[in-house]
Amino acid sequence: MSNILEIKNVSKTFGGLHALGDINLEVEEGTIHAIIGPNGAGKSTLLNCCIGRLEPDTGSVTFNGHNMIGMEPHDINHAGMVRVFQTPEIFSDLTLLENVMLPALSKRDGTFHFNPFVDMRREKEIKAEARHVLEDIGLGNLVDSHAGSISRGDKRRLELAMGLIQHPKLLLLDEPTAGMARHDTNKTIELLQKIKEQGMTKVIIEHDMHVVFSLADTISVLAQGRIIATGTPEDIKNDPKVKEAYLGEEQD
Amino acid sequence: MKELLKSNLVIMVIFAVIVLTAPAWLTPIGAGYPDILQKFAIFGLFAIGFNILFGLTGYLSFGHAAFLGVGSYTAVWSFKLLTMNVLPAIIFSTLMAGVFALVIGFISLRRSGIYFSILTLAFAQMSYSLAYSVLTPITNGETGLQLTLADPRVVDGMMGIPVTDSLPTTNLFGLAMSGYSGFYFCAVLLIVGFYVSLKIFRSPYGMKLRAIKSNQTRMKYTGFNTRPYLLSAFVISGMFAGLAGALMAATDPLAGAERMQWTASGEVVLMTILGGMGTLIGPLLGVGIIKYFENIFSALNESALHEVFSFLPGWLEEVMVWISHHFVGEGWHLTLGTLFMLVVIFLPGGVMEGITRLSAYLKSKFKGSDEITSEKVSEDAS
Amino acid sequence: MDEILLQILNGLDKGGAYALIALGLTLTFGTLGVVNFAHGALFMLGAFCAVSVQQVLTISKRVKDESITFFDAYKETPYLELWWGDTGAMIIDYAVPISIFVAIPIMLLIGVAIERGLIKHFYKRTHAEQILVTFGLAIVLQEIVKSLFGANPIPTPAPDIVSGSAAIGSMLGLSDALVYPWWRMIYLMFAAVVIFGVFAFLRFTTFGMVVRAGMADRETVGLLGINVQKRFTIVFGLATVVAGLAGVMYTPILPPDYHIGMDFLVLSFVVVVVGGMGSLEGAVLAGFLLGILQSFASMNEVKSILPGIDQIIIYLVAVVVLLVRPRGLLGREGVMED
Repeated sequence: MSNILEIKNVSKTFGGLHALGDINLEVEEGTIHAIIGPNGAGKSTLLNCCIGRLEPDTGSVTFNGHNMIGMEPHDINHAGMVRVFQTPEIFSDLTLLENVMLPALSKRDGTFHFNPFVDMRREKEIKAEARHVLEDIGLGNLVDSHAGSISRGDKRRLELAMGLIQHPKLLLLDEPTAGMARHDTNKTIELLQKIKEQGMTKVIIEHDMHVVFSLADTISVLAQGRIIATGTPEDIKNDPKVKEAYLGEEQD
Repeated sequence: MKELLKSNLVIMVIFAVIVLTAPAWLTPIGAGYPDILQKFAIFGLFAIGFNILFGLTGYLSFGHAAFLGVGSYTAVWSFKLLTMNVLPAIIFSTLMAGVFALVIGFISLRRSGIYFSILTLAFAQMSYSLAYSVLTPITNGETGLQLTLADPRVVDGMMGIPVTDSLPTTNLFGLAMSGYSGFYFCAVLLIVGFYVSLKIFRSPYGMKLRAIKSNQTRMKYTGFNTRPYLLSAFVISGMFAGLAGALMAATDPLAGAERMQWTASGEVVLMTILGGMGTLIGPLLGVGIIKYFENIFSALNESALHEVFSFLPGWLEEVMVWISHHFVGEGWHLTLGTLFMLVVIFLPGGVMEGITRLSAYLKSKFKGSDEITSEKVSEDAS
Repeated sequence: MDEILLQILNGLDKGGAYALIALGLTLTFGTLGVVNFAHGALFMLGAFCAVSVQQVLTISKRVKDESITFFDAYKETPYLELWWGDTGAMIIDYAVPISIFVAIPIMLLIGVAIERGLIKHFYKRTHAEQILVTFGLAIVLQEIVKSLFGANPIPTPAPDIVSGSAAIGSMLGLSDALVYPWWRMIYLMFAAVVIFGVFAFLRFTTFGMVVRAGMADRETVGLLGINVQKRFTIVFGLATVVAGLAGVMYTPILPPDYHIGMDFLVLSFVVVVVGGMGSLEGAVLAGFLLGILQSFASMNEVKSILPGIDQIIIYLVAVVVLLVRPRGLLGREGVMED
């Protein structure tokens, strides 16, 4: 298997503060790669550097053989790398169905498609697909509600649905289960596992060790802007450095 | 039944019937004559177009009067150089306004929020100042661009239309553009314009514009290049403004720079907000209300006010007349400004929001206390 | 050389007015987060304070004109002159300076009333809605003034003693042709004093410190438990007074009419944008720079090369600045760049 994402020597400073220092990371195609680490370790910054929200000071991000640095966010999306946001970034004035149709339309029509005279009601396939994805994720009864009016947990699931409908080559998940009840968390894990069988590569940033150890093939541990260990869940569990930096504080 | 009412065809038929019979049903309230009807239709087009930008994308432009002005100047030039037929005039004007909108939009849309508003404001003021000064050969400065007997009118000459001692009038293949025929011409274009707006509102393109208003950053990460979407919406709305400007020139062949001033853009903002931005017919309602009351209020004077308040005791009548005379005639703009503030403060969704709230209220009233509806009302009200 | 100096001087007084309006605009925007399209109208209200004072002082009575003996002639004579003779005439002559003291409390009252009654309710609304409601307010204020004072510009002269020009050319040993009206010079100094006053107030008082902290980071100051509401009111009142005073003092330079505010508003917005949203120093700097630039652009030598440039130079600069350096001359990185 080849690497779908290669991060080489990426560093980023904010006003003298080293958020990321010399990060090297390889994500193998078809796997779930989890990035864990204490708060403020730079996890979100790293994701932002991948999807073009931030430009790293040094280093390169190569996705599927192409350099991603300096690319526009919409081009990165079409290259096949899609991010699911931690704080729900949804279209609150639109219905759930419309929220999910938009990424599907993006996938089909590209970055810009001028079709002011096509009637929405002709878009039956996209609508059906969106409905299907929403049902899969457990929001089937809310398709016509406004996205601004649903609960926080539902918003997180909507975010996930918006990412999944694009069938990206690589899905970046930023704490997909944060703020969810245990029952919902388990359902989300099930869902992610199901999709894993379809061969979608995923990078997951997660706090919840239960989620990480039940999903991940590979785990990288980020602490103070550096990667201190990468390996299988078993390796990570037994790594003394990791225990010291991260797991120790979790287990008390 | 509900589905049927939502179909494009049904909506268009109802709309067309309402517009085309306007002379009949507006007569009882004193607005059934061609002058004001034409105004309704022309400003209606202007507002429909403005709503495509502001209502859908949320980008507040203070520069649309510039496109209106460009449309008017282009139309008058077409009358002067080519022919008094309005068809070429409106085509050229719409295209010319589109070109201007493309250039101004391309630059202004590099920024968003208030910066976009200020950029469009700057462009509108620039066009206005230039029209008054350097561009006088094209715009005829303060006097305004007018027809003269010496105009070449090449096409009319070739068609063998005789030159007379008096200024020729605008026409559509001989059909006069004044009076009712003029109104029906504007009305047909209004119906076409409304159809375009309806299609855009109901297309995936329109949905993407609404999504940009809701969360532009997310649109980018969803894989959309938002700038061409915004630019195309800007150009379309600019072309609507150009068309409106051309129709103004068609009904009265005169173009002046004051049409381009940014406060004139403010007027269309006002109409859109008053009726309800982002809704299909809201802007048209806004135009109707403002133009109708402008007509009535501007014509009122003190003696008319005395008549209105004559049922009151003498001293109260004096007081009421004294207060209200500031709001009528010359003071109409005071009424307008006050009304506008009240709407923005209490009813940001305009008349359309008012109707929605009212119908929700009535529904809950008649169907007993339907919890969901009453909840919705209180939510909207807060 | 003389020409250049003259143009700089000419630009400075206009620049002073821009700077004063832009200062208030920035203060409101930076502290309250409100885009105030009615700020120009406040300038206009200030100018009409001066007009009102002048009109009140010259309330007249028809008296018999004694100088005409062979028939009965009457003339309008202000009461002040009837009562106090030459002293009364002098008071009338000093109408504009007197207006300053009248304008301060009136403008403060107007400012507080607007903030309490209207602006307060728009802190949490969108910028577009703020623009719209203040635009409506501007129309209302403007129309009220129009219905009270009419549509024509009303001349409000400066006191006689400063109505002439200073021969600064000969003073500085340059050409005698270099003259500069006294009142403009006074305006310039006045603007400088007000600007320094505002800066000193913001720098050396606790209140000012909180305001500056608020401009840098609005949310934190709110969290500190400081009574933000009251401070907002005072800041808005201050901005109103500054705009009003700028208006009072400008009346001898340009007779005010009801839409003088709108004309200045657009330019002041441009000034704020060029200076950098939220930067007080930027607003002042950009105000003077643009004033001078406009003055140079209206030189005949420049106009013959670039016709019409004097009309659009400021807007052109704004467009270029917004595109090339979105945060303006002195704006901080990351502040309101969207």
